[in-house]
Amino acid sequence: MQKALLIDPDKCTGCLQCELACSYEHEGVFNPSKSRIRVFTFHQEGRFVPYTCTQCSEAWCQQACPVDAITLNADTGAKEVSDSACVGCKVCTIACPFGTVNYNQVTGKVIKCDLCGGDPKCVSACPTQAIVYVDADQTGYEKMRQWAKETDNNPAASA
Amino acid sequence: MQYIVAGAGPAGVVACETIRKLDKESAITLIGAEPEPPYSRMAIPYLLSEKIAEQGTFLRKTAGYYEQLNIKLVHNRVTGLNAADNSLQLDNGEQLKYDRLLLATGATPINPPIPGVDLEGVRHCWTLKDAREIAARAKTGSSVVLMGAGFIGCIILESLVKRGVKLTVVERGDRMVPRMMDDTAGNMLKEWCEDKGVRVLTSHSVTAIEKSDPLSVILDSGERLHADLVISATGVRSNIDFLQQSELETDQGILVNSFLQTSHPAVYAAGDAAQGRDFSTGEFTVQAIQPTAVEHGRIAAVNMVQNNCLTHQGSLNMNVLDTLGLISSSFGQWMGVDGGDAVCFVDKTRYKYLNLQFKDDVLVGISSLGHTENIGVARGLIRGQLALGKWKQRLQKNPERLMEAWLACSMGIA
Amino acid sequence: MSWTGKILRVNLTEGTVAAEPLNMQWAQQYLGQRGLASKYLLEETDPKCDPLGPDNKMIMATGPLTGTMAATGGRYSVVTKSPLTNCIACSNSGGFIGAEMKHAGWDMIIFEGCSPTPVYLYIENDQAELVDASEIWGTSVWHTDEWLHNKYQDPLLRISAVGRSAESGCLYAAIINDLHRAAGRSGVGTVMASKNLKAVAVRGTLGVGNIKQPERFMQVVNENKAILAANPVTGQGLPAYGTQVLMNVINEIGALPAKNMQEVQFDGAHDISGEAMHEPRKSDGKPNLTTNAACFGCTIACGRISTIAQGHFTVENKAKYWGNSGGLEYEAAWALGADTEINDLDALTYANFLCNEDGYDPITFGSTVAAAMELYEMGVITDAQTGGVAFNFGSAEALAKAAEWVATGEGFGKDLALGSKRLCEKYGHPELSMTVKGQEFPAYDPRGIQGIGLNYATSNRGACHVRGYTIASEVLGVPVKTDPLVSEGKPDLVKAFQDATAAVDSSGLCLFTTFAWDMTNIAPQIDAACEGEWTAEKLVELGERVWNMERQYNMQAGITRADDTLPERLKSEEGAARTGPAKGKFSEVEKMLPEYYEKRGWNEDGAPTDETLNRLGL
Ligand SMILES: Cc1cc2nc3c(=O)[nH]c(=O)nc-3n(C[C@H](O)[C@H](O)[C@H](O)COP(=O)(O)OP(=O)(O)OC[C@H]3O[C@@H](n4cnc5c(N)ncnc54)[C@H](O)[C@@H]3O)c2cc1C
Ligand code: SF4
Ligand code: SF4
Ligand code: SF4
Repeated sequence: MQKALLIDPDKCTGCLQCELACSYEHEGVFNPSKSRIRVFTFHQEGRFVPYTCTQCSEAWCQQACPVDAITLNADTGAKEVSDSACVGCKVCTIACPFGTVNYNQVTGKVIKCDLCGGDPKCVSACPTQAIVYVDADQTGYEKMRQWAKETDNNPAASA
Repeated sequence: MQYIVAGAGPAGVVACETIRKLDKESAITLIGAEPEPPYSRMAIPYLLSEKIAEQGTFLRKTAGYYEQLNIKLVHNRVTGLNAADNSLQLDNGEQLKYDRLLLATGATPINPPIPGVDLEGVRHCWTLKDAREIAARAKTGSSVVLMGAGFIGCIILESLVKRGVKLTVVERGDRMVPRMMDDTAGNMLKEWCEDKGVRVLTSHSVTAIEKSDPLSVILDSGERLHADLVISATGVRSNIDFLQQSELETDQGILVNSFLQTSHPAVYAAGDAAQGRDFSTGEFTVQAIQPTAVEHGRIAAVNMVQNNCLTHQGSLNMNVLDTLGLISSSFGQWMGVDGGDAVCFVDKTRYKYLNLQFKDDVLVGISSLGHTENIGVARGLIRGQLALGKWKQRLQKNPERLMEAWLACSMGIA
Repeated sequence: MSWTGKILRVNLTEGTVAAEPLNMQWAQQYLGQRGLASKYLLEETDPKCDPLGPDNKMIMATGPLTGTMAATGGRYSVVTKSPLTNCIACSNSGGFIGAEMKHAGWDMIIFEGCSPTPVYLYIENDQAELVDASEIWGTSVWHTDEWLHNKYQDPLLRISAVGRSAESGCLYAAIINDLHRAAGRSGVGTVMASKNLKAVAVRGTLGVGNIKQPERFMQVVNENKAILAANPVTGQGLPAYGTQVLMNVINEIGALPAKNMQEVQFDGAHDISGEAMHEPRKSDGKPNLTTNAACFGCTIACGRISTIAQGHFTVENKAKYWGNSGGLEYEAAWALGADTEINDLDALTYANFLCNEDGYDPITFGSTVAAAMELYEMGVITDAQTGGVAFNFGSAEALAKAAEWVATGEGFGKDLALGSKRLCEKYGHPELSMTVKGQEFPAYDPRGIQGIGLNYATSNRGACHVRGYTIASEVLGVPVKTDPLVSEGKPDLVKAFQDATAAVDSSGLCLFTTFAWDMTNIAPQIDAACEGEWTAEKLVELGERVWNMERQYNMQAGITRADDTLPERLKSEEGAARTGPAKGKFSEVEKMLPEYYEKRGWNEDGAPTDETLNRLGL
């Protein structure tokens, strides 16, 4: 059974520990602007919403990539960016309808969640269990995935 | 069952992979007119800027990839189609029979009708062969004239500057990327380029190129430019010439229905060659962009195998462009729609621009400069036709809160 | 090494900005934030200067752990000379701007001079510029925040700003960051406004990457995060109730000052407590508290996010107060509520919103209102001054009006903006001001808690609980329980707390971690991150050095032994506690003071001896 990140915004306090852990794991820097997960603040409503790639089965990013730089990690189910192959064309960043692939202007490559190879650092950093790593079919992302199917309604090929 | 896919670009390759996923047994033949393994034109700029080698442009990188999928790769040119008889004509005289055919032959750059475009030293930037010739001529310090500051022109612009050439860009329109940006943004882009040392002549055209060493490029203003290399990037048209003898219906490109099926039921078309449905307008146009080629390839393939089970809702026209470090993008109806409204944020000194277009409380288009964070969500909002409710007002005040609008509306956050 | 090694020097008179290297030798002696900024202030300014004149400087400083993943590593401090106390001021704030400054590549920003016209400072990584602020001058912090976010269209721009209270000269104006976090005390906002500096807006995308021993750092950080999580105060009490967890506790032990400190208990304490913030309101059935919220990197998350019922009299027809914003912390709830005997939670929340919206310190404000109420009930202040508003204890209407006046500096707000010391002097009753060195007390009564009284009397920034939070020991039993009612042993306790706190305040971490951590938890985190060798002992010594340096500053500014005391009301039999466990008790501060001086190595006039200075390398 593949696992996935399950995010519960109600538990989040907006501390950004997840962003720090993620940027540190991937870039060796404490730097939210380089994190693959982002916490959005809804000040008026008093809510914090952590958000990252759902490793959606359609993988728009992967399909749009012209040089095969985004590939599936068969163990984790993560769609991973290969830095050596990525040319930095950014087509994936406009193709992912969830906005979860971002361009890193410093390296000239794109960055996205890779589930840390199966040991997600945001999960261990989160003090409130707002992010947990669970069996894929339990995730609240189902709703998003559903949406993805409805709008582009061409899931068969990737099923 | 014999599948033939004509055209080994992204549309063709994705189609083959999709067919193979759905049908493990049948024979698949992929025909490409160029000698290299299937590659991506989009990667050429990065080859020119020496970020990658030629192999870096290949669509699939694993050795023996096509053999493993039992896809037969043929390097040859299709010269004719006999739809009545389900057969293709190859340049080498061979005839191939198919049960299902996909035409994914892409597009070709057009030549502006001016004297001298055939001279040696005047090139398109379209194939790997072009790229090699450009690389040979565009050396540090050499003078290059780029005709056309459209989308593709702007992408090549960056790699030419990285090669250290002295660059002049000549664009007929009154701004850069006229089909992707309004004049404010297009001219901000122009200023940016000029600031980086590129000479940009908008509202000008080349009237002739004369043979001399170096070449002489004559402008409508009468000015004469010297150029070691002239690159022509003034537009493309679908590759449909070889269909002239067939009964297939064509217009700008090959006409298709919403299953990407042509006027002949066993023949489908995809990518730059096809005149497919546009998501925003519902009209059938040639978009000539990579994500659309891939989407076409996949949907056409599903329909070829599973008998038109999948409707193509239309592809969203979208582009992203990096011009000497200034990143721009556009989605859908960035120019707005009748009866719609808009918000536009402009900060010229910091090169920031964000223009959102609404129809009622649905986002229908975006164009931007200097905004990259979570930009894909523009696609989610437009394609999802999400009702923005109170977030429309918030976006009108703070267009940059696009991602929050998405979260709020799609997840019921606020 | 965790410092960026860079200071941004902003000369407001000239309108220039310049980068310069951080003095790394000083960094080894003073660490960062409070300590290091105080060192710069002492070296670069004359402690006798006019706090609101161009010769005073204002320093915004991060600590070496600010911006890292160390739990609570998001603090920054504002150090300057206070217009309220004429002493050194150091106000510490969380939120996100401290980390952002660090991520933009700056350890510190030093503001000097005074701008001829209103400006704000915009920083994007290594680019910094002063920009005309005439369009936002005369507007609130919230408006300024919105205006800047609209202008730059960057939701992640972090902003510190002053509001209208600061501009109109309120002596206890705060610098508000991230809408509702505050460098709150001692009038640091007044100084900022006096320099014609409206706001500082920062965007940093460089991050902190130069950790000395990255793997070890992550390991100790994680171990210590686990300790915070397991501790009942930092793991449960603070996240659930915030600092407001204390309201009922302190009331029960008879140390909740009330009615301008005439009383030590308040009947309405429960109504304004952390527990009450969770209870559904009668008015709209929703609780005052929406959620708790964290500052940058904080795994405790004591912050309160609250609403006011839309029908409440304070916000009727005022939609801008209907959304969520920063809710009551204990000190604010006490000053706005207990000290004024107002038990209307939403009214206190409203006053608190205004304190954030226009940037002023709720502790000093609430205490000043309480003093004015006492003067009003005595008939010294009358309706003529208050414009007809009955200014009685218990009046939520009076509180709401007062908050509105101070926000904009109108009417009676001009008097209230003086703080209680100057207000009471103005009306001929200096004895009614509950202050030390001109700064109002926080929410723990020195009659019922002896140690804290000594801390107030000796605090380098006037009455303040977070200079030496002996409450931890005297009430909560951290690290060991001491009896709050006895003064024996307290000088030692106070000194230990004061020194440790000075070290924590110089690191980038939040003081609240010390409910669960001591120096042996903090030292390894600093040691793994920073150049040099950092032991618990070294940190304590550093804290003592900082304390003595601040004392030197204050003495040069004119502070004497006579200023190290409490108001008569708290240290005399007449003022003794009338109810509760501390009944009959008064503060024994005068008894404790000589012993405190001795433990500190100061002479009987309260001046550090040469030997002490030498020992500390001062
Ligand atoms: C320099 C450059 C930069 C670009 N940048 C971007 C970008 O940033 N974003 C974006 O979205 N798009 C970009 N594009 C456009 C994008 O590359 C095309 O839209 C995409 O390649 C279309 O894919 P396709 O499979 O339809 O056609 P093509 O990629 O053109 O492939 C067509 C294939 O058909 C073969 N062929 C043609 N005629 C015949 C024939 N008669 N018989 C057999 N085979 C034939 C060709 O050899 C080729 O293999 C760029 C293009 C260029 C040239
Ligand atoms: S980045 Fe976007 S498109 Fe790619 S897998 Fe994640 S959610 Fe899907
Ligand atoms: S799983 Fe890893 S890569 Fe993905 S968001 Fe969490 S920390 Fe980042
Ligand atoms: S670490 Fe957890 S609580 Fe903190 S911001 Fe991330 S998801 Fe929210």
